[in-house]
Amino acid sequence: MAAKAIFERPKSLSDKEFTYCPGCHHGIVHRLIAEVIDELGIQGKTLMVAPVGCSVFAYTFFDVDGTVAAHGRAPAVATGMKRAMPDRVVFTYQGDGDLAAIGTAEIIHAANRGERITTIFINNAIYGMTGGQMAPTTLLGMKTTTSPYGREADREGYPIHVSEVLKELSGVVYLERVAVSSPAEVRKAKQAIKKAFIAQIKGLGFSLVEVLSTCPTNWGLDPIEAMKWLNENLKKEYPLGVFVDKVGELK
Amino acid sequence: MAEKVMVKGNEAMAEAAIRAGCRLYFGYPITPQSELTEYMARRLPEVKGTFLQSESEVAAVNMIYGAASTGTRVMTSTSSPGFSLMQEGISYIAGAELPCVFINVVRGGPGLGDIQPAQSDYFQATKGGGHGDYNLIVLAPSSVQEAVDLVQLAFDLADKYRNPALILADGMLGQMMEPVEFPDFRDLNTLPDHSSWAMQGCEGREPHKITSFDIDPINLEKMNIGYQKKYREIEANEVRYDTEMIDDAEYLLVGYGTMARILGSVVKKARSEGIKVGLFRPITLWPFPYKELESAVSGKKAVLTVEMSTGQMVEDVKLAVNGKIKVDFYGRTGGVVPTPEEVLRELKKIVERSE
Ligand SMILES: Cc1ncc(C[n+]2csc(CCOP(=O)(O)OP(=O)(O)O)c2C)c(N)n1
Ligand code: SF4
Repeated sequence: MAAKAIFERPKSLSDKEFTYCPGCHHGIVHRLIAEVIDELGIQGKTLMVAPVGCSVFAYTFFDVDGTVAAHGRAPAVATGMKRAMPDRVVFTYQGDGDLAAIGTAEIIHAANRGERITTIFINNAIYGMTGGQMAPTTLLGMKTTTSPYGREADREGYPIHVSEVLKELSGVVYLERVAVSSPAEVRKAKQAIKKAFIAQIKGLGFSLVEVLSTCPTNWGLDPIEAMKWLNENLKKEYPLGVFVDKVGELK
Repeated sequence: MAEKVMVKGNEAMAEAAIRAGCRLYFGYPITPQSELTEYMARRLPEVKGTFLQSESEVAAVNMIYGAASTGTRVMTSTSSPGFSLMQEGISYIAGAELPCVFINVVRGGPGLGDIQPAQSDYFQATKGGGHGDYNLIVLAPSSVQEAVDLVQLAFDLADKYRNPALILADGMLGQMMEPVEFPDFRDLNTLPDHSSWAMQGCEGREPHKITSFDIDPINLEKMNIGYQKKYREIEANEVRYDTEMIDDAEYLLVGYGTMARILGSVVKKARSEGIKVGLFRPITLWPFPYKELESAVSGKKAVLTVEMSTGQMVEDVKLAVNGKIKVDFYGRTGGVVPTPEEVLRELKKIVERSE
C-alpha cells in the first residue's frame, strides 16, 4: 500500500533554508502562515512585506510575491499595495523593534484606517538582528545591551502593549495575542492567523496577530530555557487572548 | 484641438498626472503645494482613482513604494520639509528600481524656513538626498504649460527606466496661473506593461521579489553597477535644455525653473541696452547638460549663474565649464525672488569688468 503523506512542506514556503537561530520562533510562525495561505488557496494572489529585523529574509522564505520595507514602514508599503490592488491579499510580518518603535506611526494609522491588510507581529521583547538591544517591549528589569542595568521605568519608560493600544482603534477587526510554546498554542495561533487573513479577504478591515516569541540568542538562554522564560515572564506582561473579533464564527 | 484654460500651476500638474494615467496619489499637505493634494482628493474619485491623505511624508513615500511595486502609475507631491522626510523612502525606491513620480514645490529653507518660492533643494534633488549611490530623473519646468508637459514626460521616463522621476518646481510655479493646453487622457490600456517584474500575485508564474537589498557585498555591488549602467544610459539619452539668443552672445546667463523666466526678461532688457547676452536653461537637472553647456560657453566672455539659493546648481555649471571661463554667481535666498533689475545690475558689473 502506498504511503500517504500526512505532513509536508507547505506549498507557500520556498525551499530556502531559514536563517533563524536554533529555538527561535520565527520559523514556526512562518510555517503557520504558509499553511494558512495554502489552506485558503491564496498563494497566487498574496503579496508580502518583510520588515527590517531577523525576518528581513522572510520575503525569500515564502513562495509569494514579496518585498522588504524600510525599517518600520511595512504598513505604509502594504497600504500602497492594497490600494493599488484591492483584490490581492497583502500581509506584513514585523518584529517589535520594527513595529513598536520606529514604525509606531505607520502601524497605528494603518490600523486606524481599517486598511484591509494583515500584520503578523512578533514580540520577542528585544532587537534580535542588531544584537540584543532594548525594544519598546523589553520588560522592566530586563537586561539588554542598551539597558545593561536592567530596564527602569524612570529611565526607559514602560513596556508598550501594542495589542492593548491597537484594540481601541475602530479600524481593527481582528486582533489576538498568541504564543507557540505548546502544540495546543500552535493550533490556536494558526487559527488566529487564519482568522486574521479571513478578516482581510472579507474586506472587513485591519487585522493583526501578535505572537509572543523567543530570542534564545539575545536572551542568553538555551531554547528550552527561553521557552520557559517566555511562559513565566513574557506571558505575565503580555497576556494571551482575543482583543477584537468582528469576524465572528468560522464554519 | 484642445483649448487653453487658465490654471494654477499646482492644479495643472495634478490634472496632467491624471491625464498621464496616474490613478493613485498619496500625500500630506504642505504649503505652497497643498492645492495639488486637494485637487487630487477631488478629482481622482471622478476617474475611479484612489486618493489617500497619509499620516506623514514618511508614510506617503512608502505608500508610493508599495503601489509602484505593483507596477501602477502613482505619484506624490510635497514641499521642502516634506521632501526631506521622503528621502529615506526615495533611496529605497531608487534601490528597488520602482517607477513613480514626485513633485517638490520648493520653498525657503533650511528648517521650517518659509512658504515663499526657493531653489535651495537642488542638492537634495540632484545629488541624492537619501543614502547610497542613486539618481532621480529631475525635471525643472519654467512655466505652467511646461510643468504639464514634464509631468507627462516624468511618468514615461520613470516607466522606461524603472526609476523615480522628480519635478523640481518652486512656490512661484505652483501658485501662478497661466493658460495651458492639456494633452488628451492617456488610454490606460496603452500604459507600459510591468507584469514581468511587478508584484501582482504569483498565479501561474514564479514569485517576484523586489528589494533594494542584498546582504552579500559582491551582489550588492553588482546591483549598484546595474544602477550606474542605467544612469549612464539616461545621461546619454535624456538630457534636455533650452537656450535663448546664445549664438551671437558675449555673455551667458544660466538659470532654471522660475529663475530662468526672470532671466529671459533680463536678456531682453540687456539686449535693448546693447549688451549681447544669452540664456542657457537646463530642463533636466539630472542628467545635467554638462556637454551642451560646455559648448554653449565657448567664445563667451563670462557666465553668470543665477539661483533662488546661495548657490547650488552653480557647482554643476562650474563642472561643465571646467575652468575654461569664469563663472559668476548671483542668488537670493530664504524665499526672496531676484528681480530682473537687480540681475541686470549684476550683469553690468561683469560686463564692465570684462571690457
Ligand atoms: C532606519 C534604520 N534604523 C536602524 C536600523 C537597524 N536595525 C535593523 S534590525 C533592527 C531591530 C529589529 O528588531 P525587531 O524588529 O524587534 O526584530 P527582530 O530582529 O528581533 O526579529 C534595527 C534597529 C535600520 N536597518 N534602519
Ligand atoms: S537573533 Fe533572536 S530573533 Fe533573531 S533569529 Fe536569532 S533567536 Fe531569532
